[in-house]
Amino acid sequence: MDSKVRFKLNGEHVTMTADPLRRLIDVLRDDLGLTGTKEGCGEGECGACSVLMDGRLANSCLLPLAAVEGKEIVTIEGFRKTKRFELLKECFTEEGAVQCGFCTPGMVLAAEALLSADPHPNERAVRDGISGNLCRCTGYSSIVAAILAASKRGEGLW
Amino acid sequence: MVSIRRPVRLSEALYIRQCEDTVLMAGGTDLMVKYRAPAGARPSFTKDVVLIGHLKELNYLKVYEDVARIGAAVPLARILEDASVPAYVKEPLASIGSPSVRNLATLGGNICNSSPAGDSLTMLYALDAVLTMASSKGFRECDMADFIEGPSKNRLAKDEILIEVAIPMGAYDRTFYRKSAQRRANAISKVSFFGVASVTGGKVESIAMALGAVGPTVIRDRDAESMLKGIAVPGRREASDRALEHIAGLVEPIDDLRSTKTYRRRVALELTRHFLEEVVGL
Repeated sequence: MDSKVRFKLNGEHVTMTADPLRRLIDVLRDDLGLTGTKEGCGEGECGACSVLMDGRLANSCLLPLAAVEGKEIVTIEGFRKTKRFELLKECFTEEGAVQCGFCTPGMVLAAEALLSADPHPNERAVRDGISGNLCRCTGYSSIVAAILAASKRGEGLW
Repeated sequence: MVSIRRPVRLSEALYIRQCEDTVLMAGGTDLMVKYRAPAGARPSFTKDVVLIGHLKELNYLKVYEDVARIGAAVPLARILEDASVPAYVKEPLASIGSPSVRNLATLGGNICNSSPAGDSLTMLYALDAVLTMASSKGFRECDMADFIEGPSKNRLAKDEILIEVAIPMGAYDRTFYRKSAQRRANAISKVSFFGVASVTGGKVESIAMALGAVGPTVIRDRDAESMLKGIAVPGRREASDRALEHIAGLVEPIDDLRSTKTYRRRVALELTRHFLEEVVGL
């Protein structure tokens, strides 16, 4: 049942020969070893599996591999190589926005998707931007503060 | 073993539909949960899946003076970002899922999922949306209110694909939408209300309301709406009381894991009362 699915992953063209009905998260984690993408709920409610698809936030647990044909996927491993990531990392660290860390890859990509669309969000917009990402440790306020700090310090980055 | 197909054109998708019993997938945000398997295993679909979310023929959005024509596979996020779509159409769509879910989920998917709690549906019922279906034989139209027969049951034939949602545009000066749910994002409605009205010359010129998750399908009470047309605003609550009593006779909520029938009935009627009395001024 395998077939070829072509897409761009973290800046490189890839051709996966795999069962196209499998979920993107399983292909990323099990076949490609990209374990930065986490599985929390497996039903689109927690956002731990978030990736960027054509620059927009998407749940990789809700995407069959066939649906990413021709798309550009960025996981946390790809985003790590950017200046934007460096700034978000600094701000998340300084604000204490990481505790157990399980939600963090999804939160960081949600922050990236938000700031790309709206470089100067207010607090309400930040809370809306991460509304699909659950964190059971921080109580969210430190994450919101980190994203607001990144927005302030990242003049010209987004 | 079932497979997943990714047709390149609508005509190819329609040909597959004509030949085989398949399940259509646009954004997948409902289906991938419904057919979820343990982590690592392939989703447990029982029929071949046909992907249609990427089809260009289903991805247009054009707002004319009198009607908005939205391709069935337009993601909710794109509708929300379009400046020409009126705010009262956007509000229920913004209450669905989360930013990531709205990037994938489509208007056509919300309709064909046919849940009584589908959050676009109250708006589409109240605004008299018209659906266009295609098959290899041609096209047909169906009123939104005639399309859904019950939970997860609709009149999409095995060889058809929903291609367009047409929403008539009206000049409403009173609009109200409210969804009651457990969480602000990614929550299924316990009960929801959508209402629009226009008041001119001190009278209700047009009014339309729909209630979600209080019956097997979305409930729209056209008799109650007729009672309210032409009534003077501000009113003295007589007409709104009569209309509410009529609506109360149609509301038949159930107890389930999300809420109770008592809560649903009470909130449904209070939201309706709020719209009629506070928003419209009846």
